[in-house]
Amino acid sequence: METIKGKRMIQVDERGFYGKFGGAYVPEMLYPNVEELRENWETIVSRSDFQEEFQGLLRDFVGRPTPLYFAARLSESFGAKIYLKREDLCHTGAHKVNNTVGQIILAKKLGKKRIIAETGAGQHGVATATVCALMGMDCTIYMGELDIKRQRPNVERMRILGAKVVPAVSGSKTLKDATNEAMRAWITDPVGTHYIIGSVVGPHPYPEMVARFQSVISEEIKRQLLAKEGRENPDLVIACVGGGSNAAGAFYHYYNQPSVRLIAAEAAGLGIHSGKSAATSVLGTPGILHGSKTLLMQTEDGQVVEPHSISAGLDYPGIGPVHAHLHDIGRAEFVAVEDENAMQAGILLSRTEGIIPAIETAHAIHALHQISYRPSDLIVINLSGRGDKDLETYIQWGNY
Amino acid sequence: MNRINYLFQNKNKDLLSIYVTAGFPKLEDTLPVLEAIQEGGADLIEIGLPYSDPIADGPTIQESNAIALENGMSIKKLFSQLLGFRAKIHVPVILMGYLNPIIQFGVEEFCKKCKEVGIDGLILPDLPMSHYLEEYKEIFERYGLFNIFLISPQTSEARIREIDRYSQGFIYMVSSHAITGAKSAISEEQEQYFERIAAMNLNHPRLIGFGISDAATFQLASRYSNGAIMGSAFIKKIKDSKELKQDIKNFLSEVRG
Ligand SMILES: Cc1ncc(COP(=O)(O)O)c(C=O)c1O
Repeated sequence: METIKGKRMIQVDERGFYGKFGGAYVPEMLYPNVEELRENWETIVSRSDFQEEFQGLLRDFVGRPTPLYFAARLSESFGAKIYLKREDLCHTGAHKVNNTVGQIILAKKLGKKRIIAETGAGQHGVATATVCALMGMDCTIYMGELDIKRQRPNVERMRILGAKVVPAVSGSKTLKDATNEAMRAWITDPVGTHYIIGSVVGPHPYPEMVARFQSVISEEIKRQLLAKEGRENPDLVIACVGGGSNAAGAFYHYYNQPSVRLIAAEAAGLGIHSGKSAATSVLGTPGILHGSKTLLMQTEDGQVVEPHSISAGLDYPGIGPVHAHLHDIGRAEFVAVEDENAMQAGILLSRTEGIIPAIETAHAIHALHQISYRPSDLIVINLSGRGDKDLETYIQWGNY
Repeated sequence: MNRINYLFQNKNKDLLSIYVTAGFPKLEDTLPVLEAIQEGGADLIEIGLPYSDPIADGPTIQESNAIALENGMSIKKLFSQLLGFRAKIHVPVILMGYLNPIIQFGVEEFCKKCKEVGIDGLILPDLPMSHYLEEYKEIFERYGLFNIFLISPQTSEARIREIDRYSQGFIYMVSSHAITGAKSAISEEQEQYFERIAAMNLNHPRLIGFGISDAATFQLASRYSNGAIMGSAFIKKIKDSKELKQDIKNFLSEVRG
């Protein structure tokens, strides 16, 4: 892993905090697990045997590097120079697999036999089931009952891959509840199980570890942009934020380059103030969810509010602590994109570039309408995933 | 003296602690339930602060949390119910809940209210020792609140010693690798763990909780500790109860055997 030169504005401290956000607020039952990870992950990940296996799988199994594609017609339509970082071309169809490949190698080296994970859109579940099949490890995926219904193809993919899919039936029956279930499952088998968290959320060291595995995205962007444009730094990087892993990966090597604007696209659902939204940076206040202090959508009494987004992957009432920090210090600009606008942006990308994006990703495309930029700006949009899993949602929306 | 210490000074065997979610099964049941638990002979009471995302709890207590929230229970409401409750309830009372609602209420304000109404201690599963020592210890102590730590079969000996050093009142032994929920029996492996901890000669007494469901499990747990804590089994008993007082009394006398 490369280190960033100069002063690091965005860095996790020893206790797992990014500024005011982060930490490891876990029950004592999970303390040994989290501690085991905290003590070992950086050492293991920086070893050459790990890196060899990790880089090899990213190349030959995931299909990295993913292209940095100049989107000529999209550029023309928005009046700026737009590149798409093609994470949709990763094996399994989204960036999620970068993290699962890293974590499964880590789990193996820690001697774990069994893998559990939560999933929202099902992309992380599929990416986890995939690497479990690859490594011959037992796999259980927790998924909200509502998400099981709206992401059917991914549920079946997980099953084909040999994973067990367990419905989470409490609360809003979406990602937050699936995460609760996964944490409970981890408590009941702390010795043999590794929990592969799918985003930059959860107790320290997960947010930093997942970001590190995803940082390959911005590592490649830098190299590819240099080759294509003669410069490593674009003017803007745009990514959607559910928990924030694809955004963290796309931002990672630009955190400390103030000339690069970082744009985070959240889900506004039916409208920020409609009561059916997942725009955490606007609606959230500091609180604790899933083991870390972060921005959280909650009532005055501190009960977690059930979010809404048309995209299951953004349907989460929090954001990773690093994003709460980026927001807090003004390093990233947050925009909230409504369901309808995201769907239209999905159609736009389909028709201008021949790429049907995941609906999560479509939020990042629409963000261009909600920010200012200059015609001379060089913009990279992280195309976090493809839309195959969302066909049913596109069809039901029907406006194409 | 804190009521918890007073209790353990006067009794150190077969202590029975009952957990109940505040505002459950009905919003205004909190006090009548506390009274019935005390009358039934429990030594200690834990009142659960309901939370939307109780990650250390199994289905039974998840449901009682959800019902209590639907009933309109909140920290504010609970304190209003508890105002003056010490006129009737003399057993030690501990609040058990997750950190987030307390942070939103205001930690200092929360502790102040606890002291005002007569709460003796707190069990906050998602407040780990390091964060407690850094941010909370001083405030809790200022208001005379004991922080009760959990240990599990996975907790290392060194960490148990450290927890013992910072504990007040007693140590909450989680009976197995488990979230809360009534199990039918205690395994040999669990007994070995109970024995191992008992042999450590800790400074603080221990109560065993999670999966204690009936007289048999209560007695077995009590053999290796100072007593046990029952939650899910009690919640199940009162969930659809038509005769709260009587059912609670029966439950407790069955457990006492
Ligand atoms: C394609 C795609 N993009 C984005 C996300 C949101 O997750 P994150 O914010 O962690 O990148 C998901 C989650 O399922 C996804 O499938």
